[in-house]
Amino acid sequence: MIEYLGLKSINGPLVILEGIKDAVFDELVEFDTDTGRRLGKIIELSRDRAVIQVFEGTENMTLGGTHTRLTGKPMEVGVSEAMLGRTMNGIGEPIDGMGDITAEKSLDINGKPLNPVSREYPRNYIRTGISVIDGLVTLIRGQKLPIFSGNGLPHDMLAAQIVTQSSLGDNKGEDKFAIVFAAMGVTHDVANYFKRTFSESGAAEHVAMFVNLADDPVVERLITPKVALTLAEYLAFEKSMHILVVLTDMTSYCEAMREVSSSKGEIPSRKGYPGYMYSDLASIYERAGIVKGVNGSVTQIPILSMPNDDITHPIPDLTGYITEGQIVLDRTLNGKSVYPPVSVLPSLSRLMKDGIGEGFTREDHQDVANQLFSSYAHAEEARNLAAVIGEEEISDLDKAYLKFGDEFERRFIGQAPSDNRTISKTLDLGWELLGLLPRGELDRIDTKLLDKYYRAAKEN
Amino acid sequence: MNINALDLILRSDRDRVCEGEIYSINGPVVTILGNPGFKMNEMVYVGDLRLVGEVIGLDSEKTTIEVYEETSGMRPGEKVTGSGDPVSCVLAPGIIGNIFDGIERPLNLIREKEGAYIGKGVSVPSLPEDKLWETHVTVKPGDRLSGGSIIAEVRETAAIVHKVMLPPGVEGTVKEAAPDGSYTIKDKLIGLEMSSGEIKDITMCQRWPIRIPRPVGNRYSPSMPLITGQRVIDTLFPIAKGGTAAIPGGFGTGKTMTQHQIAKWSDADIIIYIGCGERGNEMTQVLEEFTELIDPKTGNPLMDRTVLIANTSNMPVAAREASLYSGLTLAEYYRDMGYHVAIMADSTSRWAEALRELSGRLEEMPAEEGYPAYLASRLAKFYERAGFVRNLNGTEGSVSIIGAVSPQGGDFSEPVTQNTKRFVRSFWGLDKSLAYERHYPAIQWLTSYSEYTKDLAPWYSQHVDKRFMDCRNRLYFILTQESKLMDIVKLIGADVLPDDQKLTLLIAKVIRLGFLQQNAFHKEDTCVPLAKQFKMMELILYLNQKCRSLVSMGMPVSVLEKYDIFDRIINIKYDLPNDKLELFDDYRADVDSFYEDVLEKNG
Repeated sequence: MIEYLGLKSINGPLVILEGIKDAVFDELVEFDTDTGRRLGKIIELSRDRAVIQVFEGTENMTLGGTHTRLTGKPMEVGVSEAMLGRTMNGIGEPIDGMGDITAEKSLDINGKPLNPVSREYPRNYIRTGISVIDGLVTLIRGQKLPIFSGNGLPHDMLAAQIVTQSSLGDNKGEDKFAIVFAAMGVTHDVANYFKRTFSESGAAEHVAMFVNLADDPVVERLITPKVALTLAEYLAFEKSMHILVVLTDMTSYCEAMREVSSSKGEIPSRKGYPGYMYSDLASIYERAGIVKGVNGSVTQIPILSMPNDDITHPIPDLTGYITEGQIVLDRTLNGKSVYPPVSVLPSLSRLMKDGIGEGFTREDHQDVANQLFSSYAHAEEARNLAAVIGEEEISDLDKAYLKFGDEFERRFIGQAPSDNRTISKTLDLGWELLGLLPRGELDRIDTKLLDKYYRAAKEN
Repeated sequence: MNINALDLILRSDRDRVCEGEIYSINGPVVTILGNPGFKMNEMVYVGDLRLVGEVIGLDSEKTTIEVYEETSGMRPGEKVTGSGDPVSCVLAPGIIGNIFDGIERPLNLIREKEGAYIGKGVSVPSLPEDKLWETHVTVKPGDRLSGGSIIAEVRETAAIVHKVMLPPGVEGTVKEAAPDGSYTIKDKLIGLEMSSGEIKDITMCQRWPIRIPRPVGNRYSPSMPLITGQRVIDTLFPIAKGGTAAIPGGFGTGKTMTQHQIAKWSDADIIIYIGCGERGNEMTQVLEEFTELIDPKTGNPLMDRTVLIANTSNMPVAAREASLYSGLTLAEYYRDMGYHVAIMADSTSRWAEALRELSGRLEEMPAEEGYPAYLASRLAKFYERAGFVRNLNGTEGSVSIIGAVSPQGGDFSEPVTQNTKRFVRSFWGLDKSLAYERHYPAIQWLTSYSEYTKDLAPWYSQHVDKRFMDCRNRLYFILTQESKLMDIVKLIGADVLPDDQKLTLLIAKVIRLGFLQQNAFHKEDTCVPLAKQFKMMELILYLNQKCRSLVSMGMPVSVLEKYDIFDRIINIKYDLPNDKLELFDDYRADVDSFYEDVLEKNG
């Protein structure tokens, strides 16, 4: 194997090497530096000159003292079922001190696009045990459903709760379920919080964690979700497991992309992010799905913090265009100490309608969800009215709506971080709250279901 | 374009095969040093894997190629081979019901060959080459033919008869013609004696460069609506056959849903659905649903009149740019047979972003928000390929284009929406707040418009009712009045308004809930015939008229509101079957008795 000594230039995470022969576009490159071994990949190539992106960053690299070796193949990661229960760094190397992992297979981290005709349309749900998600924005196997949060909102707590509580519905026995967790650019505190929560709850043994900390190199951050998804696809489509992938925080990932792009001197589009951010994010999110004829699935929950709580910022915006719905967290609800502070009206699960109801959850699920949406929207209107003309002045019906709105936020949206509710418990709670309203107001529910489930609340 | 120029473009140069060597690779952009003689827009095979690419830049120093597949693993020094032809679509029976990628490769065949994932450098024929088609040859020796002439008919699907045509630019006299029978697309159907005396074999199959519009006889101005069965579109903001429309909206506002509804229920003969940079699961859904759903007009599965082109967001970006043109070329080909074709392009913003990405790689000077300065002219070229035309063979057909636009943050002032607005004549702006209220389709009636209303007015008065446009305008007037009143209501509440204004709010609510909102999942409501749309509109206006006369007699709106007639009229969309329009008379009688009752009890 040929080794090249010396570099032409170093600029941010990029190095330029001249005089190389037989390099391959997108291949993995190894550097031997004074401070140890590093990896990189070729991102631009002409006959004798290559631009290489260094995963671990270029700190302490010298122009003269770097040996470069070409590997001849794109970046691969060794995957194995034994990675469940382990903690790895952003490029898939174990960092938990429990020894090496023997890879069962080595796979290209970029994956390949799934042929649309090989996809199976997602039609079954994952139970998170959280009423507002299960009831109103149900997570479907094979779906990608992001959480749009903001700084200071409890998205980490919510993510941890989803990971520890998620299961394949109330009574599914034999299917195997596991979680791949990728943390990108999170702080040490947050990373520790996740580790501690998983091990305390006993969930740790079916979680594979990939951790790229906030002070780890940015280029490694661009690799982390791809490594995690490669493992997820392997477990789902070759080991027939149902995999839930949690990616946090996609905002750090996009910031890393912007940083690398600007050091490459690319022409920026909106807010300095590169023009290919949509395609790049799609290459991550679209790896969720189900393949025909295989009993496994990859479901994704990417978490992103909206800069300045702005849902029109390029990161949440492009994400929303790719993913199948979104769960939006809200600062006002958080201020009322409602946990999880899910803002119901802008939240949406696009695939929900096909994965709930009889045979999946319960016959009344869709109707109850529609009614709760609509009644809560009405309650918000009543609140606005009450704020203008005073609570005393509004009609009795609107007062009933106010009560419903408050109870709904407190009991249905609100839930303890350790509370794991079944689907029937969630739906029954929904009926109990709808009982606060007169039956005539429930216009989104089928009459038969109303006869079966509706009980007016007792006056007290 | 004159026929000679066309002939030059179409003349294949397969004998003159150029070759070059890759010098540099930057994502999907590959360059060759020097000029090995490639033509602009020529299709080339790049590298050892023979990935499909297109020449997009030529100068004396270098040749620039965009590659339609992932370039990882490629090395400088590998060969680039020309094909002699521009990037083209193969046109022959077998297109309908199929699902293709952006450069007309059938995804089903790729799956058979490569498994669940899409590999690189897959070489599969665009259309089945060994399938035998039952063919009826319609010409006989001695017939004089010119470009576009129909020479044979093939039943392609239960719904569509494929008319085999002479390629544009070819003319001559039929020397020999095959008898009716079963032929493949490669079999010779006729021998044509050209003016040069040479005999040319004509098969079912022809190629056409995707970036060049197929020639037409002449263009007509729009006069016939594309009926979609969606009330807010057909009645308020119609689109003509051969027209163009844009559906802009933020995520979650229902762009894709609206496109699906039009693809399902519009009265076009053929639908070309282009999934351009969108979700994979959505294409799967279209594929599943359209195979199961039955077209109410013909009784056949919807897939029998549909072609899908899928370049999902994770498929290579360069092919995304080509996918729109491939779709257009297929549409124009069926238009030439005399069909009305509608193109759903979901989403043109992804196509524009693909342009931006390539432009960035080519280091071109960016204009607004990084988009290249030629964005507007490319969009114009795209939408101008729509039209209602008389074809070269004398038949009439149309291509209508309905493009979704995904503006960043739902902000319509961004370059793609703004430039699209310059070239489309129907604009259906989707609104986030309507979507949050679950008001679907979330087409905002104040920001949307259609320039076709005037052109189509004669058609509506002739085919639906003389008063149609008048009713439509009155309905729209109530809605605009409501929005003015709402500004006041937000400040001081509705209670202080005089009764006639309260009535406007009440009637506008009936219009919004009972007419504009339409439930795509309800059997009766998902597609509504124009006659019912008109009757609904007429009834609401009749109710308005009766209420007005009550209010002018001093009846307060609070009394009227107590009657259930308003709710009943809102529910007509569910309660009154589309084929029992005579029941409208009962509702009209109900309005009358409501009127009498109010007078009696409060008069």
